Amino acid sequence: MTATDWRGVAKADEDERNERIERKFVGGSGTLLRELLRPYKWAMWVLVGIVLVENAARLSIPYLVKEGIDTGIPPIRADNNLEPLFVIVGIVLLATLTQAVARNLFLVRSGKVGQDVLFEVRRRVFRHFQALSPAFHDDYTSGRVISRQTSDVDAIYEMLETGFDGLVTAALTLVGTAGLLLFLDVKLGLVALCCGPFLFWVTNWFRKSSASAYRVTREKVALVIVHFVESMGGIRAVQAFRREPRNQEIFDDVNDQYRAANLTSFRLVVWFMPGIRLIGNVTIAVVLIYGGYLAYHGEVTVGVLAAFLLYLRQFFEPMMEISQFYNTFQSASAALDKLAGVLREQPGVPEPTRPEALPAPRGEVRFDAVDFAYVDDRPVLEGLDLRVPAGQTLALVGTTGAGKTTVAKLATRFYDPTAGRVLLDGVDLRDLTSDVLRRAVVMVTQENYLFSGTIADNIRFGRPDATMEDVQGATRALGAHDFISALPDGYETAVANQGGRLSAGQRQLVAFARAFLADPAVLILDEATSSLDVPSERLVQQALRTVLAGRTAVIIAHRLSTVEIADRVIVMEHGRIVEDGTPADLIASGEGRFSDLHEAWLDSLA
Amino acid sequence: MTTSTPQLPGRSERDPLGPDPDNPPPAGVHSLWRLRSYLRPHRVALVIMVTTALAGIGVAIAIPLVIKALIDGPITDGEVDPVLPLGLLVLALGVLEAFLTWWRRWIQSNAVLNVETAMRRDLYAHLQALPMSFHSRWQSGQLLSRATTDLSSIRRFFGFAMLFLFINILQVTAVTGVLLAMYWPLGLVVACTAAPIVWLSMRFEKEYVVVSRRVQDEQGDLATRAEEAAVAIRVIKSFGRSRFVSDQYETAARQLHATSMDKVRLSARFWTFLEVIPNCAVVVVLLFGAIGVGRGALTPGELVAFITLMLSLVWPVSSLGIILAMAQEAMTSAARILEIFDTESDIVSGTRTIDEPRGHLRFEHVDFAYPGALDEPVLRDLNLDIQPGETVAVVGATGSGKSSLTALVPRLFDVTAGAVTIDGVDLRDLDVAHLRQLVATAFDDPTLFSMSARENLTLGRDPETNPASDAEIQEALDVAQAGFARDLPWGLDTRIGEQGMALSGGQRQRLALARAVLSRPAVLVLDDTLSALDVHTEALVEEALRRVLVDTTGIIVAHRASTVMLADRVALLQDGTITHVGEHRELLATVPAYRELLAADPSLEEAVS
Repeated sequence: MTATDWRGVAKADEDERNERIERKFVGGSGTLLRELLRPYKWAMWVLVGIVLVENAARLSIPYLVKEGIDTGIPPIRADNNLEPLFVIVGIVLLATLTQAVARNLFLVRSGKVGQDVLFEVRRRVFRHFQALSPAFHDDYTSGRVISRQTSDVDAIYEMLETGFDGLVTAALTLVGTAGLLLFLDVKLGLVALCCGPFLFWVTNWFRKSSASAYRVTREKVALVIVHFVESMGGIRAVQAFRREPRNQEIFDDVNDQYRAANLTSFRLVVWFMPGIRLIGNVTIAVVLIYGGYLAYHGEVTVGVLAAFLLYLRQFFEPMMEISQFYNTFQSASAALDKLAGVLREQPGVPEPTRPEALPAPRGEVRFDAVDFAYVDDRPVLEGLDLRVPAGQTLALVGTTGAGKTTVAKLATRFYDPTAGRVLLDGVDLRDLTSDVLRRAVVMVTQENYLFSGTIADNIRFGRPDATMEDVQGATRALGAHDFISALPDGYETAVANQGGRLSAGQRQLVAFARAFLADPAVLILDEATSSLDVPSERLVQQALRTVLAGRTAVIIAHRLSTVEIADRVIVMEHGRIVEDGTPADLIASGEGRFSDLHEAWLDSLA
Repeated sequence: MTTSTPQLPGRSERDPLGPDPDNPPPAGVHSLWRLRSYLRPHRVALVIMVTTALAGIGVAIAIPLVIKALIDGPITDGEVDPVLPLGLLVLALGVLEAFLTWWRRWIQSNAVLNVETAMRRDLYAHLQALPMSFHSRWQSGQLLSRATTDLSSIRRFFGFAMLFLFINILQVTAVTGVLLAMYWPLGLVVACTAAPIVWLSMRFEKEYVVVSRRVQDEQGDLATRAEEAAVAIRVIKSFGRSRFVSDQYETAARQLHATSMDKVRLSARFWTFLEVIPNCAVVVVLLFGAIGVGRGALTPGELVAFITLMLSLVWPVSSLGIILAMAQEAMTSAARILEIFDTESDIVSGTRTIDEPRGHLRFEHVDFAYPGALDEPVLRDLNLDIQPGETVAVVGATGSGKSSLTALVPRLFDVTAGAVTIDGVDLRDLDVAHLRQLVATAFDDPTLFSMSARENLTLGRDPETNPASDAEIQEALDVAQAGFARDLPWGLDTRIGEQGMALSGGQRQRLALARAVLSRPAVLVLDDTLSALDVHTEALVEEALRRVLVDTTGIIVAHRASTVMLADRVALLQDGTITHVGEHRELLATVPAYRELLAADPSLEEAVS
């Protein structure tokens, strides 16, 4: 095994390869950018005005220097008359101040537009991700959702922060300076501008090569980061399996690849910067020689020569900067493309156009001839009919892939059925707004995620207006009050890092308290107790009786102990119901899958 | 490399636990000085860099002086002959300057990248050697920021700030000298303005760093919220709380917007300031210079040269502040990195090896407490004797110390008192690598790396000295019922983990089990390895495991009665010590606490019977 084949193959590699190298603000990213900037149409015109004033002031200074030398000095020589010089210096001072004010104004104003746009992007993308259905999130994975909202937004931030201002200033400087050089002296100006094609060629070469070098660097640094983070995060396994030498070998390899990629991209700058400097210096020398002859023949003044030197200095500086922004624009464009793609996604479970009201849900759930398939022509459910009367506790049992979780996802409208209807109190779920539906139907899964914040915040999650009495009422009913009170800060204890301080059972109790406080008419538990050890599970079972009283419940069970509190058991297989009855009846029958499972379980105990 | 760095003075007075991730270490020049060993291999490069930079200064000063001669030649004295040679001299100097810049950057890019890469390699090596007691207190993100951000800031210092700190001061001194010689009243004005500009730009840069940190923190906070909302999307959806979390996110985003605007305003002031300086300089020089020329104290060529030279000072002067701030940042970064280099592993390897291990594992009066919580013992006076080839299940309530017990066997932690022995040899006397070859653990939380399935499976095998054959891999997959790995899109070459194929909890556990089996240990530790498997698969795995465990010593942490059945004997762990050892049925019948842990709710049994 060599150091190179450890990484294995994944589908993402192919996707990456298909990504375009050169990017422009066309298609999705262009439309999105235009849309985001639309509210700032006027602000943009004001900005253009400011930036023109600023550049005019800036570009006037070398010209004024020329005036100072050519028209300020002779009167002093003649009769020590300082007035013309004072006037010109006064104008330079004025131009300097104007430039300072305009510059500051421009930076603040354009910064404001940029930050406003960024805020709007963040807001829009976050809300859109929230609106998209769980089906979308199942496919898209949380990792990508996160990187859309972090690295992609950061790329846009970067562009707004550095690129925008630089580009505008550089472009105006180039055009303005070229014009002024020609205005000062056509012949000398033309000679100076001969450097243009060379500049263009060098810049273009740099732009193209740095785009691909930059991409390679990004890929390589990602490799280093992934390997580093995983080695440190999984250090227990690394050390327990004496993985260190091999890890070092791999790390040295990716570290060196990153170095090489960086070197390539640094070396581009190594050529580019002195290249521009060379063109600049040669231009200055040529201007001096030609200018010297012209001056000798009295065709140009010292002032013009001085102004040329100052202008040329301004001319080459932005060229060096402009190429640096190019990469920023590249990644910002790629980021905007991806964000535009996300924003184009339509929620899989749309809100109803004419919603039905459901003032006091009773909690009767009905599946009416429901078909469902995640992938076309691989049906998970076919013609499922099921009626759960209000107040009933139903346990769904069956092997992995029998369709239990799908039933839960349909009842909570995480997905819509392919055919047939799911009804709550006789109303199709598709006719209920998500606000109404979520108030009536709540699902608790085994992930029982706890948000950063306090325990009380977490319990209040489903009902933020609940008082501390309400919260404690819920935890008392579930037997969770004691352990929460015993925590260092009681209910105000911060849940650090996904509830690391709490045991799995305690976390589950907090999740139940959250559901209990939300007080839905229908509660769906998807393998909510499967990760618990026996004592914790017993604790949770006790709590469940309280939680389930007076509401409809569908429990997807892995273990038979959960089934014990059910009024009714359904055994599913391949998307169909194969057994249906009370637990006692099914066990008493002595045959059938449930009875077998039960017996096997009893065996394991004794 | 790490051993060659001298100890930080006063280190022994620090917290015995070593560095604290939340408290930054004191930084100073000495921190950077201690990293000088990394520059040693690049001495020649450094000499070239300094020489070319010095030559560059010389050229930069020479060009305006030649220009001066050129202007004064044809215009003041009416001579045309010197134009061409002087012009060609400017051309030659210009080419030389570009070449010197190119050469310096060429040498520098290679050297600094090598320094950075070497430091990153050593950092990684050192971190891998540091024990769990260190890693359990440091999140990988905190370590990553040292391996990336801090190293970049040190690289920038070595490649840029260090060089230019020296060069800029030299350039400013030299150019000011030339200006004073050329026309001293104006030179004096220039010399006097330099100091406040350096001071101002340093102050700006410092403020800027503070505000940037704040923006970064708030961005981090926002990222955490985005992450939370992404991971918990199903919880948020099922409670219908999308609007609530969106509003929270928006509030945080608005806060970030406000802070970012502070940053925008500050940097607007800073950049305006930097751009206005040269213009102000031009105003002053133009006023006094023109008067000087008018009164004959200065030639026109000198005035032009003066302005050009003076403008060439703008960057060195104003960047001095930025460079000083960069140096300060690099010092902080160096201190943060040295803090890790200075931490030594408390797991010291022994030298002994066991040539023919039988796998007789004994815990003798073992006490254990986590470093940092020494007054809260996790295990106390624990005794357990596991005969070669025997399998013992450890059963205990959550928090009774089961996982701590298993972590002691591969010496991820050391006992605080007592001893653990294999075949009569104290683990601390054994070579650590050898010990970890004898012991393999399948953890409750299976760690998979973003690598091929094969690489993940053969984690415990050295690819050079002890590669796993295909037959062995197939057998391990069979034992762990992990045949699904063969059906992955690219078979065992498919990348799994975060960056590859997503696997279910049960699949991950089975791969982790196959990994442990594949390392052919004398002692196999299964830390609640089967918890995510369904009953059917669990039964199949157990049946296959029974065959493996026949001649392997095993410790199994178990939650379920079915897993306990794998073991020859069961040890009941209560409050950090083993209270009962015996067969499953025996304990079930005689120990109520055991029944409490492994038997289900008695009321159900009543209901059934």
